[in-house]
Amino acid sequence: MLDDFMVRAALAAVGLAVACAPLGCFVVWRRMAYFGDATAHAALLGVALSLAWSLPLFGAVIVVALAMAALVAGLSGRQSVDTALGVLSHGALAAGLVAVSFVQGVRTDLNAYLFGDILSVTRADLVLIWAGAGAVVALVAWRWSALLLSTLSPEMAVADGIRPRAEQWVLNIALALVVAAGIRIVGALLVSAFLIIPAAAARPLSRSPEAMAVATALIGAVAGLGGLGAAFRLDTPTGPTIVCAAVAIFALAMLLAGGRRRAGV
Amino acid sequence: MSGGAAPLVTLSGVAVELGGQEILRDIDLTIRRGEIVTVVGPNGSGKTTLMRTIIGAVAPSRGRVTRAPGLRLSYVPQRLAVDPSMPMMLGRFMNLPRRRDPATVAAALDRAGLAGMERRPISGLSGGQMQRALLARALLNDPELLILDEGTAGLDQPGVAAFYARIEQVNADTGCAVLMVSHDLQIVMRASDHVVCLNRHICCEGTPETVSLSPAYRGLFGAAGAESVALYRHHHDHSHDDGLPCAGLACAGDDEDAA
Repeated sequence: MLDDFMVRAALAAVGLAVACAPLGCFVVWRRMAYFGDATAHAALLGVALSLAWSLPLFGAVIVVALAMAALVAGLSGRQSVDTALGVLSHGALAAGLVAVSFVQGVRTDLNAYLFGDILSVTRADLVLIWAGAGAVVALVAWRWSALLLSTLSPEMAVADGIRPRAEQWVLNIALALVVAAGIRIVGALLVSAFLIIPAAAARPLSRSPEAMAVATALIGAVAGLGGLGAAFRLDTPTGPTIVCAAVAIFALAMLLAGGRRRAGV
Repeated sequence: MSGGAAPLVTLSGVAVELGGQEILRDIDLTIRRGEIVTVVGPNGSGKTTLMRTIIGAVAPSRGRVTRAPGLRLSYVPQRLAVDPSMPMMLGRFMNLPRRRDPATVAAALDRAGLAGMERRPISGLSGGQMQRALLARALLNDPELLILDEGTAGLDQPGVAAFYARIEQVNADTGCAVLMVSHDLQIVMRASDHVVCLNRHICCEGTPETVSLSPAYRGLFGAAGAESVALYRHHHDHSHDDGLPCAGLACAGDDEDAA
């Protein structure tokens, strides 16, 4: 069954949806969208490293993403983090593109790293994607309450013996794993879309953080499978089609929530 | 009055810098078991930074903060800005970061006047409800030291009085020390064992009476400060079964040890 590229693509999409769900919620709650962008864009530098020295892609992307997270963590706490993130995010993207161009023979399939190439996912990729998803879910579930309280109030968290800076690193590591898993599927440019949009769509449908994480996973999976099917039928690029499907679900959720508010339910 | 009790937190020679700017300097302060300490000071005097240093959210750039080993402390922030993107019901919030027995939570909410509101989104609570919820959650920890940063911001006058009455009651019932930042000078003067007047450094400190008579305090607070002296003539250290402030009950003489 795993011989079929569509089955592998579907499993990859669902795996990414699962990995993105708990983390995507925190990205939305903590307003880390730009941070997600910067980390995902830095992944292109990882791609360049991996191609230049024949290193494993997954490992190279994780290392570069973590380095980016460390850089951002060093900057946070100072003023105008927003601008700094903008510089880092676009700087990483440009530097990655330049670095990749130095590597022979890659120019043709650069698109695969920018927008993903889910149809070419191999069995080995699937193992990495699902291992990454399992690690992210386990990590975030383990620190769930501490992360929630750190997000609501770092001071209250400290008073309760939690170290918000250490908890931030839990998210940084999870983000690096998700970016590494997602680069083959939706690409460096669209990973953060897959983090934010399903979570944003789940928000009006959820009454608790846990419910929102589960709804995010379901919405991400539906968007992944629906986008995959649509791309196959319409012969469109899969990564962007998946993101379009997620946006459509988001719009639907907003309409639903708006209608419910008007009905006074 | 509590000079002999065990210290819970001691700050010695503490200075704090944030973004290259010195916010606090030369802070020597001891908070002892069971006492109510209030920090007063103008805006920008470093009150919130002092609270954050004591709970450990900010590291001092000089000096030392010593906490009693295993100290249980609870913190009630000035306000809780809940991002609307996070769905959070009151019942779940009360269980952060540790799960509590539902009956314990229900009882705590009941005491806070929030009975049966477990399924309310906290983003929809009024200012007063939120303050009471924050205090109720803080007390679930059975704290030895309760830290309140402007706990009454956004409350109306009866709300403020009830809030402080509740804190005095908790202090009397459980012996939990209280450290609070306040603007409500009159109530501070009535409720505190020890007042610290802060303006980047400690300008003066002592019993409410000593502080309110000191030139440094009057320099900072002027007429409002003088007014609170007139109101301050009784001590809280007797029981209030109804939890209400007992205006008009003059109990002069409780504070002779300081005068």
